[in-house]
Amino acid sequence: MLRRMLAFTLRRLVVAIPTLLAIATASFFLMRAAPGGPFDTEADLDPEVLENLYTAYGLDKPLLEQYGVYLANVLKGDFGPSLVYEDFNVTELIAIGLPVSARLGVIAMLVALLLGGTCGIVAALRHNRLFDHATMTMAMTGIAIPSFVTAPILALFFGLYLKLLPVAGWNDGAAANMVLPVIALALPQLAIIARLMRGGMLEVLRANFVRTARAKGLPERQVVINHVLQSAAVPLVGYLGPALAGIMTGSLVIELIFDLPGVGRYFIQGALNRDYPLVMGIVIVYGTLIILLNLLSDLAYAALDPRVRRTYR
Amino acid sequence: MSPLLEIRGLSVRFDVGDATLTAVRDLSFDIAEGQCVGIVGESGAGKSQTFLAALGLLAENAKAEGSVRYRGREILNVPRRELDTLRGRRIAMVFQDPLSGLTPTLRVGRQIEEAARRHLGMNARQARAKAREMLETVRMPDAEHCLDAYPFELSGGMRQRVMIALGMICRPDLLIADEPTTALDVTIQAQILGLLAEMRRELNTSIVLITHDLAVAAGLCDRIMILYNGRLMESGTTSEVFTSPKHPYTAGLLASLPSLASDPATDLPAISGQPPDAFVTTPGCAFAERCLQVMDRCRIERPVLAAHEGRHAAACHLNTK
Ligand SMILES: Nc1ncnc2c1ncn2[C@@H]1O[C@H](COP(=O)(O)OP(=O)(O)O)[C@@H](O)[C@H]1O
Ligand code: SF4
Ligand SMILES: [Mg+2]
Repeated sequence: MLRRMLAFTLRRLVVAIPTLLAIATASFFLMRAAPGGPFDTEADLDPEVLENLYTAYGLDKPLLEQYGVYLANVLKGDFGPSLVYEDFNVTELIAIGLPVSARLGVIAMLVALLLGGTCGIVAALRHNRLFDHATMTMAMTGIAIPSFVTAPILALFFGLYLKLLPVAGWNDGAAANMVLPVIALALPQLAIIARLMRGGMLEVLRANFVRTARAKGLPERQVVINHVLQSAAVPLVGYLGPALAGIMTGSLVIELIFDLPGVGRYFIQGALNRDYPLVMGIVIVYGTLIILLNLLSDLAYAALDPRVRRTYR
Repeated sequence: MSPLLEIRGLSVRFDVGDATLTAVRDLSFDIAEGQCVGIVGESGAGKSQTFLAALGLLAENAKAEGSVRYRGREILNVPRRELDTLRGRRIAMVFQDPLSGLTPTLRVGRQIEEAARRHLGMNARQARAKAREMLETVRMPDAEHCLDAYPFELSGGMRQRVMIALGMICRPDLLIADEPTTALDVTIQAQILGLLAEMRRELNTSIVLITHDLAVAAGLCDRIMILYNGRLMESGTTSEVFTSPKHPYTAGLLASLPSLASDPATDLPAISGQPPDAFVTTPGCAFAERCLQVMDRCRIERPVLAAHEGRHAAACHLNTK
């Protein structure tokens, strides 16, 4: 069975290669299909200078050749120079932005998991009572409203109106600056996680083995902790990968709204300014991360089942 | 002295959407100390819900009315805290399907130990030793290894042994075994029933054996109660019920037993038709639709049986002519 898990992992990694290739290809040609070019903003560039720039970055070559060269470089681990941030190459920019984005994302994920999980558990234990209805209504709202809508509302209310928290900026990752972006990022995932956890709990609470546990005379708290939680968390664990992917992609916009120096800001700036290598580099790095996180989440999912876990010993 | 378990006017209703389903209807009977009582009836007769209600284990959409007393003390619809001192300690229940009835994510030993730690104040080591001892008592092959197994790693018969070990670890006064052998093949079934008989002899535990199989009940029980449509149809000692059934339904059940129906010439016709709908309540005898001896009176007037009187009796107008 352990060998089967390894085989499963390997198979998933092999399948990931064409997936990544497809992502790279699609984003390459989509970026190029977008109107405009990387140096448009520097409006009054001499046509000759512009031509020199194009030659210098190899943008004058046929598109397919550029594509081939780009892929070859990526395989060597070189994402090329940034066209907009002139003194940096793409790898450096990602290295600067990733710690900020990762910190934001991990905290948002933890908040979503802890708060969402707890809300889901309590809602299930108060099934059909006020807390349950209230949280589920809020969860529905949380899922329906995307984070790029909640973010400005949060900034307006807590930042400008109540003046409790900074409206924007990183400030070396100060806690006060993290609060609003974390909330905006975490909310939709928190809502989904609360619903998943509640659903898992309600299902397991009806199981025969829970009745056996109650028939032993265990108090309900012990029944829930020992006999319910682990099985009830199974759907949630399967969702961890997609949740992280949601937070990572959500972060791209949130960082822009709150002016945080993460990968997202570079990504949006890169996209707006047709900084082809920068956008491509971020897409490929994020694509790889999301695929890996999904794989991890699937492995954790399998490991929750003692049938599988057993074989690790 | 009050009986071990005293059930009076017990009814169990389920809210199903807009409708109400009645699973147990105004049931009254006693379980005396040291007895083994068979609760027999077709699937859906209300056997399980009767005892789930007694232990406060009904589903969320259920409501129980009436009275259940354990040694004279009311236990129906009492707070959870009161129930928890009783369940697993004084009254234990063993369920039909030991695969879905055991927690899939916990090792078997842990599940057996829990009640001992909770009720007998044992520490982890003592409880483990006790669990091991219980597994040996239920004749589990390789008890030590079994403690560390997960339920899915055991066979059906072994899982049922685990269930019994789990129920018996605190030496309860009353063990309720709900179809403990239904999911098992015949050889294992006989072993499990033998085990229950032994428990009863050696630990002096009263047993309620819930089964749809009159033959299974006959093998183990002193008394038999026949349930139909949530009502008690007949009650008596095993030999009384087998030799002189007073209720046409009991007679039908006996007739459909393979060993007794072996002579085709004397074959009573098996009971035809379906048991009545749990959603409706008729004014007369619940068995009237299927009864070959039905009279006019049967459809208007409900025959009653008060089984706590302890004699052989049936809820049938044929007995009160
Ligand atoms: N949670 C529930 N909701 C609605 N009806 C139920 C529920 N549980 C049991 N019932 C019904 O109660 C009746 C009696 O069930 P039960 O006591 O389990 O029968 P059995 O005699 O086979 O043990 C059945 O008609 C069954 O459908
Ligand atoms: S009361 Fe009437 S219908 Fe019911 S079992 Fe007796 S004879 Fe049959
Ligand atoms: Mg049943």
